Amino acid sequence: MDVSILDVRKDFDRFPALHGVSLEIRSGELVALLGPSGSGKTTLLRLIAGLEFPTEGCIRFGEDDASTRSVQERNVGFVFQSYALFRHMTVLDNIAFGLRVRPRASRPPRRAIRARALELLDLVQLPGLEGRFPSQLSGGQRQRVALARALAIEPRILLLDEPFGALDAKVRKELRRWLRDLHDSTGHTTVFVTHDQEEALELADRVVVMSQGRIEQVGTPDEIYDAPNSPFVYGFIGESSALPVEVDDGEVRTADRPTGLRVEGLEGPATLFFRPRDVDIVEGAGPSIAGVAVAVRRREDGRRVELEVGPARHRVEVELPLGRRVVTGERLGLRPRRWKLFSADDPARSVDWATAGAGAAAAAAGPLPLALERQ
Amino acid sequence: MIPGFGMTLGFALTYLALIVLIPLAGLLWRSAALGWSDFWRLAFDPRTLHALEVSFGAALLAACINVLFGVPVAWVLTRYRFPGRRVLDAMVDLPFALPTAVAGISLAALYAPNGWIGSLLAPLGIKVAFTPLGIVVALIFIGLPFVVRTLQPVVAEIDREIEEAAATLGASRRQTLARVILPSLTPAILTGFALALARAVGEYGSVIFIAGNIPFVSEIAPLLIVIRLEEFNYAGATAVAAIMLAISFAMLLAINLIQAWSRRRFGHGS
Repeated sequence: MDVSILDVRKDFDRFPALHGVSLEIRSGELVALLGPSGSGKTTLLRLIAGLEFPTEGCIRFGEDDASTRSVQERNVGFVFQSYALFRHMTVLDNIAFGLRVRPRASRPPRRAIRARALELLDLVQLPGLEGRFPSQLSGGQRQRVALARALAIEPRILLLDEPFGALDAKVRKELRRWLRDLHDSTGHTTVFVTHDQEEALELADRVVVMSQGRIEQVGTPDEIYDAPNSPFVYGFIGESSALPVEVDDGEVRTADRPTGLRVEGLEGPATLFFRPRDVDIVEGAGPSIAGVAVAVRRREDGRRVELEVGPARHRVEVELPLGRRVVTGERLGLRPRRWKLFSADDPARSVDWATAGAGAAAAAAGPLPLALERQ
Repeated sequence: MIPGFGMTLGFALTYLALIVLIPLAGLLWRSAALGWSDFWRLAFDPRTLHALEVSFGAALLAACINVLFGVPVAWVLTRYRFPGRRVLDAMVDLPFALPTAVAGISLAALYAPNGWIGSLLAPLGIKVAFTPLGIVVALIFIGLPFVVRTLQPVVAEIDREIEEAAATLGASRRQTLARVILPSLTPAILTGFALALARAVGEYGSVIFIAGNIPFVSEIAPLLIVIRLEEFNYAGATAVAAIMLAISFAMLLAINLIQAWSRRRFGHGS
């Protein structure tokens, strides 16, 4: 089932929770809504389910305008963070609930309902637990029962709100892989909400990064990680350092020193983003970002160094190969290999290492061509 | 064993003995002194039997009606926010605080054939004051807070997500109420019912003003005890009291067992 969200706005008591959000979800896709708390991701999920109604805009399931339909009519499977199992019912009754409340005309016979519930219990790998009450199950088992209950109604779309939020790390990882397999075998269009980027990047076909009621970026995990399109996404996804810089006639400067990076099409104050692993040490003289090492930590396959840059002591983090020994207090020259620059006046204007142009490539090659170009 | 068990158990037993067990044992002792045949004659005399029937019948009916209307009252007071809610909420406690005689007199005045409500019912041929129906009205009045106050915290604890989950699974509002919400309230409803019933069985003050107290019609067992005492017939009074005690204890024990069962059945903590 394709789902289209068209310019949806949602206010709670005149406080805006979502500002004009649009999103296309393709049939069979596994989509993650990722963002910090208060970013509107759960509100968006509840709007799709029909548990909330948009203040403006519309939501389509295929050609069908779902925004006028009640939650009962939408036929969505919703899994709550707290599972929301009916605790006075057995596991079997919980799973069968959605079929038993159907009007008589469309309700399967008793035996078929029971058979279907048992089949789903097998699917979620909990055979033999149909007679238990929810209080007799572990967190991971309850989560799977909640999922089986949602799948029982043959939903047009499956929605999961922080599905692994309340579980411990080991169970989370197991369930994550299991959910991916389940999605691949059943083919349900699935949307899940998470604040855990690792979960989103590992599990989803596409990730929707949200912040403050807006969609910041939509893309595959590769696109989100490798080509963040806003300072927020760069800072939120993966590790990164941000350094305030000044672009003066194409030359990127920080703390009144040239960094050795050149850009075209962007002038004035800006913020330079780079990831810890994408940085080279510039040994000896030559333009670079100069910093003083203040902390050195050993990692599994490298050395993590925290540096303070310039008189304002901006903290940046880099990862160096094990062969390069660093002591605290040592001065180091850095040059990012992959980076992105966002204009401070208008964050929509940006340049990165790949699009910076010939000048940047020349600058990366060394100080000599840079000098030539200056002439 | 959890530390402090011996001391707290000793304390609880001593307290219960002083307040409950010793007075009740005294009552049984007095009635045992009667001798079996005398006790039998006094306890099962037709007037006593009729008074017991009126007492327990009216109390059961009143407790049922209180459950029927107390559940929605508790629901509305807990779930919704509306102007005047606090005032209404405070009013629920009034039957606790009001001297029961005052309640009885005002109810009698209201429901008498020339009272505000009584005069409306009279043309329909319904008589409330000075009939067994009047007893039921008085017992409803004094029993309501037990049901409402027992249910309110439980209603407040019902998770909204449970209702939302039922809705996403296609359940209508009515189905959600019947299949999800009411079953989870069942243990609390039973507790409220038991408390209202127990209170109604023992009620004296309000009933005697509205009941008319006609022997074999609207005479309640507690009143009969007082009448026997005024006749200096202590043996007769203790016989009625002992048999009331036995029936009440049996009923409350039965309700407690049903409750324990329903807690197991419906009350599985999440």
